[in-house]
Amino acid sequence: MHSIKKKGFGRDLKESFIKNVFKISGLLTILTLLGIFALLLYTAVPAFREIDLKEFFTSTRWDPTSPEKPEYGLLSMLVSSLLVTAGALLLAFPVGLAVAAYLSDVAKPKTREIFKPIIELLAAIPSVVIGFIGITLIGPLIARVFKMSHGLTALNGSLLLAIMALPTIISISEDALRAVPQSYAEASLAVGANHWQTLIRVKIPAAKSGIIAAFMLGMGRAIGETMTVLMATGNARSFPHGFLQSVRTLTANIAIELGEVPYFTTHYYALFALGLVLFVLTFIINLTADLIMEKQKRKLQ
Amino acid sequence: MEKQTKNKNLKNRAAQFWKTGLLLLLTAIILTVPLPAQKRMIQIKGSDTLVNLVQVLAEEYMAKNPGAAIAVLGGGSGTGITALINGTCDLADHSREWKQKELDLAYEKGVKPRIFAIAIDALSIVVNEKNPIDILTMAQVGSIFRGEIKNWKVLGGADQKISLYGRQSNSGTYAFLQEHVLNNKNYSPEVKEMNGNAQIIEAVTQDLSGIGYVGVGYLYDENGNVRRGIKVLKIKKDENAPAFSPLDKEAVYSAKYAISRPLYQSTNGKPSGLAADFIRFELSPEGQAIVEKEGFFKIGQELMEQNLKNLK
Amino acid sequence: MSRSIKKSKKNKLEKSALAQLIGFFFLRLATYAVLFILIYFLYDIGSKGYKSISWEFLTEAPRKGMTQGGILPAIVGTFLVTMITAIVAVPLGMAAAVYLNEYARAGRLTRLIRLSIRNLAGVPSIVYGLFGVILFVNILKFGTSVLSAGLTLGLLTLPWTITASEEALKSVPDAYREGALALGATKWQMIKTNVLPYSIPGMLTGAVLGLARAAGETAPIMFTGAAFYLPYLPRSLKDQFMALPYHLYIMATQHHAIDKARGIAYGTALVLIVFIVLFNLGAIIIRARLRNKWRN
Repeated sequence: MHSIKKKGFGRDLKESFIKNVFKISGLLTILTLLGIFALLLYTAVPAFREIDLKEFFTSTRWDPTSPEKPEYGLLSMLVSSLLVTAGALLLAFPVGLAVAAYLSDVAKPKTREIFKPIIELLAAIPSVVIGFIGITLIGPLIARVFKMSHGLTALNGSLLLAIMALPTIISISEDALRAVPQSYAEASLAVGANHWQTLIRVKIPAAKSGIIAAFMLGMGRAIGETMTVLMATGNARSFPHGFLQSVRTLTANIAIELGEVPYFTTHYYALFALGLVLFVLTFIINLTADLIMEKQKRKLQ
Repeated sequence: MEKQTKNKNLKNRAAQFWKTGLLLLLTAIILTVPLPAQKRMIQIKGSDTLVNLVQVLAEEYMAKNPGAAIAVLGGGSGTGITALINGTCDLADHSREWKQKELDLAYEKGVKPRIFAIAIDALSIVVNEKNPIDILTMAQVGSIFRGEIKNWKVLGGADQKISLYGRQSNSGTYAFLQEHVLNNKNYSPEVKEMNGNAQIIEAVTQDLSGIGYVGVGYLYDENGNVRRGIKVLKIKKDENAPAFSPLDKEAVYSAKYAISRPLYQSTNGKPSGLAADFIRFELSPEGQAIVEKEGFFKIGQELMEQNLKNLK
Repeated sequence: MSRSIKKSKKNKLEKSALAQLIGFFFLRLATYAVLFILIYFLYDIGSKGYKSISWEFLTEAPRKGMTQGGILPAIVGTFLVTMITAIVAVPLGMAAAVYLNEYARAGRLTRLIRLSIRNLAGVPSIVYGLFGVILFVNILKFGTSVLSAGLTLGLLTLPWTITASEEALKSVPDAYREGALALGATKWQMIKTNVLPYSIPGMLTGAVLGLARAAGETAPIMFTGAAFYLPYLPRSLKDQFMALPYHLYIMATQHHAIDKARGIAYGTALVLIVFIVLFNLGAIIIRARLRNKWRN
């Protein structure tokens, strides 16, 4: 009796120790996320000793090294990021939804089996390669089509980002469509609608939340992309007036300037402030998508 | 029987797992044990204008001195100077002078830069070869890049919007042009900021209404001929002065070409060891011959004397 | 039914059948368009890149101002930094997944963890780069090195290894767990003998996919350790390194002899793509085989 008791206690201790080891690994994720936010904040705050907060958010001029007057306004870059993202989603969302619908409703199982890896492969292409293709292939194509002198424009960025956002939008939309209960589709067919009408009038509205979430995650992906826009959009500082213009996104700006700033100067802190803005932006987008998907899950339960 | 094969499969998989883990661990160990450095090593960071030249010089030097390893990284003049201040490189290449702010920061951090001029550059203004314009004054170049002149027709060219190509703010060339040609005023926000000299050349080659600025070494291809597709503009100091081209070596050496500048390398304090040896090589007749071969210009007497002083 | 009603009903059916035909045609068009894009991109890189590929290209260092020679240091550098990434992301990822799937109970904490994972996956890569610069390069004073870059990439890859590991764990039938527990095993014993051995292949497959992704990332390593040109291979964790994606970026944008550099750039892109495609295909095939195994 005595030995069993002892064994039990030792075993329990070992068990709970192991459980805690695993638990800590899980908690590490929360710690990392908070840590990134905290460190960004901590490094960004000193910037505002010298930079006026209002100027930071409302000025369209970002010129920290200007001999005339260093300026730290992110508006042009923010709008550029949003412009390129908007263009990307305009292309990627309908196409992505169409592909998702095709895979979930039209394609034969074998076709699905072939296309899923293809979509994954598209997602696996590194952003620097996509940016490279933007410089060598898509950019010159844009220049030819629009009779411009060069193709390094917001349009170039949007096209490339659309391609990068597609896999995300496709896979999440497809999951959403497949999660629609069979009974919905069967009921629709039973009253005489064909598959197309079922898809358009029943399935897609039923999967609405998941599709919106897909859209948002695609948006997050596009806004956060760095290398592609750095290589393909021309990086001009001016406030964007259209797609056929060279633009400079928040991400590209950080990548350009981080290598040249002496550590712990105002310019350095300001770049972290930009990073913080990016972090908060993508956090809000991802959180929203999260909440939407949670709601969807609960609804279907 | 089935249970035995099942166990065997499990054992195989477990073995695979441990093997992979061991491989990872081994790699980690190999990496953490620093092997004795068999070579003397220095890192050079900075100017894109200089990077090609210094790389060729470094390769030549390493070929003659097998025990030496010189890493040449780019990033722009600002990056190089920053790296010297941050202590992450041995030599900083820069195509402009140290800014006062940078000197202050350096002294704050206990870094005492010694500056060596290793070559002369003639900053060249290039346009597309089909552009009818041949000559511009310094003032006109400044106006164009400040965004004041927006159309080629103002200068006598075609009725086309001027398409501006430049470098990014970490570039010494960017800073030099801003100081000496733009009179310390802001660049036009329409300038497409390319990542390096080569990208500017490529862009102007394809853009009929393009104009850009590059270091003279980038005008030539590997055969020593001026690259096709671009036209190198002649520059006049002012309306009444004669126009000179950066391709005219005599004009550059006699300072008749208006936009020439020294190209520098800086060290933290007095250079020693491999860094000092390499600088000496760059300043030697052999090194300077390489400078000329790459399209740049040798440094003059005065600068050479200053260099030798800084070596002591 | 009167003739006109029959006719209009027939018209309606025809119209909707037509709508379906057109609709499905566009769906199919979209899908094949995406396929076309992928194939065209791969073809472009492949056809222009294979000219640069040779034994020398893969085994020599760059020469003559990086206009000749090969990309060996970039290949080695990518391999090394990916190893560090693996050491960071794989064990942690597996452990976190084990916690989430085997131990965690539904509740606020678990939801928070999952939320964090999903958000970490959405953090822009340049923000990871910023984080790496401030934490690893500056605060912990690792400087720009394989270590800093590897740790940064490790954090970036963590959400993916966790997700992949969790999927692998989920695919192990509950019956296995219940069987062991019924025999009196403790939770850890049950996991060790009845869950892990079956899920590890799936976990490693997912890990490989995550690592392939990390190997292609540029922004996190640009400022934490990747270098433009080094005449020596990294010999310790504290050294800088060359890397394939960064090399491609430089060859494509910053190199001085653009005409020559373009060929090397294509070659680098091809090597990177081949490497990633092979890993992805391999992982996909292994995963498909595993799935079929479970079905039987």
